[in-house]
Amino acid sequence: MAEGSGSLYDPRRHVRILSERVRDVSSVDYPGHFPGEDHSWDLAKFTENFHLEVQRLSQRSVEFDLVGVDASIANAFRRIMIAEVPTVAIESVYAWDNTSIIVDEVLSQRIGLIPIHVDPRRIDVKSEGDESTDRNTLVFNLDVRCSRNTKAKRGATADSELYINHEVLSSHLQWVPQGEQAEVFEADPPRATNPNIVLAKLRPGQAVKMELHAVRGVGKDHAKFSPVATASYRLLPLVVLNPDKPVPKESAEKFAACFAPGVIHVDKRSGKVRVEEKNLRKDTVSREVLRHPEFEGCVELKRIRDFFLFHVESESAYPPEDLLPEAIQILRGKIAAIRQATEALLDEDQTMDSQDAMQTD
Amino acid sequence: MDGGNSNQQGMHTTPFTAPPRQEMEYICADCGVKNEIKAREPIRCRECGHRIMYKKRTTRMVQFEAR
Repeated sequence: MAEGSGSLYDPRRHVRILSERVRDVSSVDYPGHFPGEDHSWDLAKFTENFHLEVQRLSQRSVEFDLVGVDASIANAFRRIMIAEVPTVAIESVYAWDNTSIIVDEVLSQRIGLIPIHVDPRRIDVKSEGDESTDRNTLVFNLDVRCSRNTKAKRGATADSELYINHEVLSSHLQWVPQGEQAEVFEADPPRATNPNIVLAKLRPGQAVKMELHAVRGVGKDHAKFSPVATASYRLLPLVVLNPDKPVPKESAEKFAACFAPGVIHVDKRSGKVRVEEKNLRKDTVSREVLRHPEFEGCVELKRIRDFFLFHVESESAYPPEDLLPEAIQILRGKIAAIRQATEALLDEDQTMDSQDAMQTD
Repeated sequence: MDGGNSNQQGMHTTPFTAPPRQEMEYICADCGVKNEIKAREPIRCRECGHRIMYKKRTTRMVQFEAR
């Protein structure tokens, strides 16, 4: 591969992983770092280097590569996905009865953490002091009573056989449509994302009867509003072999064992080692190879500074692939707000200047 | 329970402190059976004879924040 600016082997993109420290962590692609080079931000250059690719997508999680952006941008997306993409969660609990062994406060907190399957874009934010309306609140009923199963077989020991409703589950949440909600949510009625969450255990005679009000919120207010289970990134690992000092043939297998399986390919006949580029992302960068004196100088461990491997798990109504676009929307909103504020500030300065000029005239 | 009940039977003068005369249900600590215990009655479970009773939970609504 050529050592151009888009290449993985461009040393300017490398974070060096040494045996006891990490070097070249900070980015260098800003104006004034390299004398005589123009590093001012340029859309054409950015679009050339930028790359976004989904590596794996399932119902609940997505892995994608975000290449060619600064760590501050990648980190902003991660933080926005965790703390600022809104979801709906239960906020108020009105308890009429709870004779389970879980006390009211703890049960309420557990109920709040249930991920609710409802599109947050269809619910308005309920600010403090706002009245509850069918636009900003969803109502659920939870009414579960445990009793003895009279049809249980003799000698049965399992709770599920002996009792009816021996567990309060998230599937027991019953949505109560308010106002126009019955029509709005007809196609996809609000419910718990996962129907099998155990909220409390019951014994015959015990009961839970509650009304639950769900509102829209963001993760920075309370973690229950966070749409993701995890949203994290790591930098793409890079293993560079030294052509001047090949790995000794007799310890080739040992060398390969220092990396995650599949990262190093050993040629069975010649005993030569080769880096499997498509498997580089599997490496854990454990630095095991740096501990062995016979491999000293054979290999360099690196990471690509602007190559982010994201892993996002959705635990909300959002399909996992929708979370990054939502985060981008929110970041754009923030940028628009700052732009408006700066422009207002500029206008103010100008009018003040002209006023000053008038006064001096 | 309800303090505003104007039930005055058997009380001397003050009408506003009149307690509502209703049987209280208690739950046996041993066997869990419901017991109605009237005033000046021995505190004893009808089923098992246990002498410890629990008061039932209020039927009033209690509000909590799910946090």
